[in-house]
Amino acid sequence: MNLILISLIALGVTGLLAAVILYFFAQKFKVEEDPRIDLVQEVLPGANCGGCGFAGCRALAEACCKASTLDGLLCPVGGQQTMKQVGDILGMTPAATDPMVAVVRCNGTCEARPRTSQYDGTRSCKIMNSLYVGETGCAFGCLGCGDCVAACQFGAITMNPVTGLPEVDDEKCTSCGACVKACPRHIIELRKKGPKNRRVWVDCVNKDKGAPARKACLNACIGCGKCQKECPFEAITVENNLAYIDYTKCRLCRKCVAVCPTGAIHEINFPPKPAPKPETAQPAAVAQPQPAPEAQAAPKTGQPNVEPAKEETKQ
Amino acid sequence: MKTFRIGGVHPQDNKVYSAHKTITEVALPKKAIIPLVQHIGAPAKPLVQKGDKVLVGQLIAEAGGFVSANIHSPVSGTVSKIDSTKDAWGMAMPAIFIDVEGDEWLPEIDRTPAVNAICKLEAKEIIDKIKAAGIVGLGGACFPTHVKLLPPPGKKAEVLIVNGVECEPYLTCDHQLMLEHGEEIMVGIQIVMKALGINKAVIGIEKNKPDAIAQMQRLASHTLGVSVEPLNLRYPQGGEKQLIDACIRRQVPSGALPIEVGAVVDNVATLYAIYEAVQKNKPLISRVMTVTGKDVKNPGNYMVRFGTPIADVLEAAGGIPDTTGKIIGGGPMMGRAMSNVDMPANKRVSGLLLMNKEEARRNTPENCIRCGKCVQACPMGLEPYLLSKLSYLQRWEDMEKHDVMDCIDCGCCQFTCPSNRPLLDYIRTGKATVGGIIRARAQK
Repeated sequence: MNLILISLIALGVTGLLAAVILYFFAQKFKVEEDPRIDLVQEVLPGANCGGCGFAGCRALAEACCKASTLDGLLCPVGGQQTMKQVGDILGMTPAATDPMVAVVRCNGTCEARPRTSQYDGTRSCKIMNSLYVGETGCAFGCLGCGDCVAACQFGAITMNPVTGLPEVDDEKCTSCGACVKACPRHIIELRKKGPKNRRVWVDCVNKDKGAPARKACLNACIGCGKCQKECPFEAITVENNLAYIDYTKCRLCRKCVAVCPTGAIHEINFPPKPAPKPETAQPAAVAQPQPAPEAQAAPKTGQPNVEPAKEETKQ
Repeated sequence: MKTFRIGGVHPQDNKVYSAHKTITEVALPKKAIIPLVQHIGAPAKPLVQKGDKVLVGQLIAEAGGFVSANIHSPVSGTVSKIDSTKDAWGMAMPAIFIDVEGDEWLPEIDRTPAVNAICKLEAKEIIDKIKAAGIVGLGGACFPTHVKLLPPPGKKAEVLIVNGVECEPYLTCDHQLMLEHGEEIMVGIQIVMKALGINKAVIGIEKNKPDAIAQMQRLASHTLGVSVEPLNLRYPQGGEKQLIDACIRRQVPSGALPIEVGAVVDNVATLYAIYEAVQKNKPLISRVMTVTGKDVKNPGNYMVRFGTPIADVLEAAGGIPDTTGKIIGGGPMMGRAMSNVDMPANKRVSGLLLMNKEEARRNTPENCIRCGKCVQACPMGLEPYLLSKLSYLQRWEDMEKHDVMDCIDCGCCQFTCPSNRPLLDYIRTGKATVGGIIRARAQK
């Protein structure tokens, strides 16, 4: 009986002592943390995607609390709305930003871009890009192994088996930029989502001269510069045989779409035009808007005509 | 019999198809395409313009820096354009296009077959001549030879190691060169020894070439300071660091050059080119290439002028068989499959291997079973399974810590993997990325 009592008392005293020491040290080495960090983290999406440029949502929250203005700090996943909530907590106004979306700038479908060799190595764009030009003659376009699909945390990119190209789901895309970094050929770009998701962009990144570019892919930009001359807002530049539309200047007039001889400029989510004007009838046919723009890139003619390649690649 | 001490594998050598086939010349092409990048380092700068007439051996592009090499015209004719062309992997590269007319050589080039063994030039003159002739290492890396012959200050070469190993399966070009031009190679060795101011050279030859060993031993017995080291079969014995270990038992530290242990390594083909440049005034305009494979009609060793399209070389060997699955530039271990055959032959391509569909098939990768065979096989003492995983996970800093930059791309790990894992594919990608990171850091 005595033994039990003694052990209970000894244990109790030790516990009490430990509690006192712990309390003392907890007070002594207390880490002072801005209480707002927790609040800010609460409103952030918690995806930890790194799209903001920080290591995760907590790191962005810390950066927001430290910063004197919210300029340059943006959670691309939450967008303007989330940043406004963050601003409310911190008593700052976030800089106005346009919602962005990832855009795949390649329209080298199986039909437009014939396969010239067969790759049987590891299915990774990065590895394929380091080995050779790819299965087609185009040294700039999509390799089709789906590194971007694997990089997307939000399931917003899928491979279209018919075209062999990745497609971005506007609704799911949070513009975190993971796919942009994953693409070894820098085909994917974050562009302004546009009013009612309406966008115009050059669907090609081929910097070859006109003839070889066209030989490699029927949908290639040949750098003819017609769009540049047509653009009333100076939004289009042609550099290294490749046109680029600056989305900050583009007002979506769609004149460039009509003049592009190869149909390399794409427009999506526009209502159908009433009737094509006679002088632009031919090019306009290329640019006929359709409800699902990707369907235009994917002619449903069944299997693409792929010639059996004689020289195949090892890795 | 000696060999290197760490790792290595022993693939079936398959040299039977083209071994002992006399070196034959491939007919000149109608149009020659001369790439301006045929070496490691800066691209050469063209010296000719459209419409210029050139002779065989004329300098048409000069070295674009210290680590770079001159390029000479391998044909005579008219320059039709200077434009970009595509290499066998579809990448654009600048090149000089020449319409071939006849075969007129520069008058100072001595084309007689007589062996000229007496070299009265000083060391500096020899190196200048080698530099002017645009000679690069013909073993595969294409590093400009004159750079190797000028050791950095504070370093002293002690021994020249001659690479007659030819450890790559299938390839026989160096073997045949030793048999047919052993005397010239021996003169080349003496010239390089003189240029380096050393009196010792070791020729490493693998034991599957007994006739070459006998030939070189016979020639070496007349030459002071030169010895032949027969080596056991082991891949990658032709790698610089492995060969130094095998021949003189010295290990080059991680990240260092062979000169650190007093060694300079040159391939027999390079030494033959040096002989021709110094004694015959003939710049590097052609090389011996092995065209081989199970189904090739006339496998053999071909003397090919640079600029000849690969398709022409294949034609000389009897065309591309219908069963061909892959055409590989180089040997099966280090070589890369080509995606077209329009690329011109150049200093880089040591052989063409035509694999049939069955041989070219790649097995499906399975999961890593942690057997450690890749670690055992790695001649650089790395951990390939770990490096490939780190590369897959994009952990570049960790890759650097695990010495990925020491990897010599030999492919032993992938060869030995029982699960057919694409180890080298991932390691090579990681190595390229880490190399970029290191270079960016050095620039800061």
